[in-house]
Amino acid sequence: MVTTTVTAAASAPSSALRSLTARRRAGVVVSAAVLALLVVGSIAIGANPLPLEVVWAALQNVDPALPEHLIVVEQRVPRTVLALVVGAALGVAGALMQGMTRNPLADPGLLGVSAGASFAMTLAVALLPITSLFGYIWFAFLGAVVATVAVYLLGTGRRGANPLTLTLAGVSLGAVLSGLTLSISLLDARTFRSIRVWESGSLADRGWEIIGPVAGFIVVGLLFAAGAARGLNAVALGDDLAVALGADARRTRLYVVIAVTLLCGAATAAMGPAWFVGLMVPHVARWICGPDQRWIIGLCALLGPALILAADVLGRVLVRPDELQAGLVTAFLGAPVLIALVRRSRARAL
Amino acid sequence: MTALAARALNGAQTWRVGPISVRFRTRNALVGVGLVIVMVLTAVIVLGLGSFQVSVPDVVRALFGDGPQAVRTVVLKWRLSRVVLAVLIGLALGASGAIFQSLTRNPLGSPDIVGFSTGAYTGAIVAIILIDTGQPAVVSGALVGGLLTAFAVYLLAYRRGVQGFRLIVVGIAVTAMLGSATTYLLLHTELWRAQLAAIWGAGSINGMDWDEVRPIAVMVAVALPVVLVLGRRLATLELGDDAAAGLGVQVEAVRLCLVLFGVALVAVPSALTGPIQFVALAAPHIARALTRGTGALVLPSALVGATVMLVCDAFAQHLFAPMILPVGLVTIVLGGAYLTWLIARQARQELR
Repeated sequence: MVTTTVTAAASAPSSALRSLTARRRAGVVVSAAVLALLVVGSIAIGANPLPLEVVWAALQNVDPALPEHLIVVEQRVPRTVLALVVGAALGVAGALMQGMTRNPLADPGLLGVSAGASFAMTLAVALLPITSLFGYIWFAFLGAVVATVAVYLLGTGRRGANPLTLTLAGVSLGAVLSGLTLSISLLDARTFRSIRVWESGSLADRGWEIIGPVAGFIVVGLLFAAGAARGLNAVALGDDLAVALGADARRTRLYVVIAVTLLCGAATAAMGPAWFVGLMVPHVARWICGPDQRWIIGLCALLGPALILAADVLGRVLVRPDELQAGLVTAFLGAPVLIALVRRSRARAL
Repeated sequence: MTALAARALNGAQTWRVGPISVRFRTRNALVGVGLVIVMVLTAVIVLGLGSFQVSVPDVVRALFGDGPQAVRTVVLKWRLSRVVLAVLIGLALGASGAIFQSLTRNPLGSPDIVGFSTGAYTGAIVAIILIDTGQPAVVSGALVGGLLTAFAVYLLAYRRGVQGFRLIVVGIAVTAMLGSATTYLLLHTELWRAQLAAIWGAGSINGMDWDEVRPIAVMVAVALPVVLVLGRRLATLELGDDAAAGLGVQVEAVRLCLVLFGVALVAVPSALTGPIQFVALAAPHIARALTRGTGALVLPSALVGATVMLVCDAFAQHLFAPMILPVGLVTIVLGGAYLTWLIARQARQELR
């Protein structure tokens, strides 16, 4: 695959480049179209089957007296918006982590970042008299950044991070943190009650007062991700080459850590720990647009929301009139992808 | 002098009684005796702990049926069953971890990482919700779930042989799927049942009595001797199948036997107590560090496992008294921290 691209590029550089650009543009357009379709689906389809005209009328002009209108405006629309921002956050965070650690298995869940965020939040819920999400989202950030840095330090040898060790360090630290989280919640029935549903990765019943601040933090995180994208291309070649190419490896790394912290912390605070979204999405993006971090990150911001929305709609349809939480559906979709990745003989060497 | 002593310590001894002869390393024997002493001492100390403190001599006196009635009631009736249970579970988990780490030739290839315990837990939850809350249903559900999971993980990781890293990552993936399945099931039961199941899922021996000790004791009494005898073949198996066959080991038969008994050693405790993680992982590592030996070290691992379980259960009972934590949470936190340290140290070493 690589060799054919290289020879093609040598014989006809402009045409190969043009076809890659065309492929990337097509990928973005198709992803955006799929995402738009899923947004419509997420608003139109639900546990409560509503006729399309009613949904459309509710969006145009809300009649507060009609329960159907309220379902659309107060349940489905906020839920869709939350899926959009959380999906973008997890997808881009996964792309950043995979790009920076050169680890095909990096994922906020696998590397223990989500576990760190939920541990800090649970601790805050148990110990402090905080009732609003805005109060404990700061603890999610704190937990996410401490876990990110700790896993990176623990799993990194003298000559850089080995993907295998990094993943194992993340999983084992994640196990410790989730053990502590569970201990806290079992010692305190009130905490157990308040985190039980949150832990399953649900998008339902989060009002605008939660979505607003979460979206704000995620937008800032996405800006940092955009700032790191160009530098990541150079860092992907190895630190020495990156320096030789004039990239500021240290600044790139700082931006990545800030972005991952904001994105994972906010997403975990809003939805609970979500596994495998950050793992799957960058692989699909890389398959579409090749190894350019700027395109990968941009595409992940479209594909991440698409995946979460698809999981959420699927969860609503599969067990109607009941619901499967989006986080549970993504775990079920993502685990086979992880298995397929490690079964590829190349993943072993990576 | 010290060199001579070291050689004597690491050298092998052979004892013959009639037609039976036993060959062992002096160091392993000394470590084994030391581990038994540490285990018994820990047990005696743990028996004395609690809201009603009993001194060590009083515990010993009560164990021999002596001393005041009140002390005997506390020690023998209330506390002994739990300590015996912890020791039995620890023996089983330690031995099983040693077997699997040797069979997979991977220091991380322990039954809990491979997803076996989670499978047993999911099977038990399914049994509780779909069939019955009684012990037979839960135990058989856990056994079926654990066996199916182990089988599935092994198959999914198989690709011209099972490579260690792949086995672990496949185990993580399958564990995540099972975890979300149980989360879904638990969200749809009553709160009290969910909390009970969460405690059980964390691996708890709270409120257990001699009724629970009996099945584990029978299983350990049957499986442990078999595993100890066959475990001596493990060092040969580690050389590779062809070499082992050349040295006169019936490779497939021995391996199948070890897998079955190793699975039983984890499944029965998991079925009764819920998954108790990381003991099977950490015990063989500690045993290897203590004996500095090679091979599977089944007996030292089992003894370390028992001591670790005793210490963890003491933490679980008394750290937040009067609240009692599930012992599985203590083992996850301590064992996970140990694993993290192990991985970090390995990362420093291999890239030097």
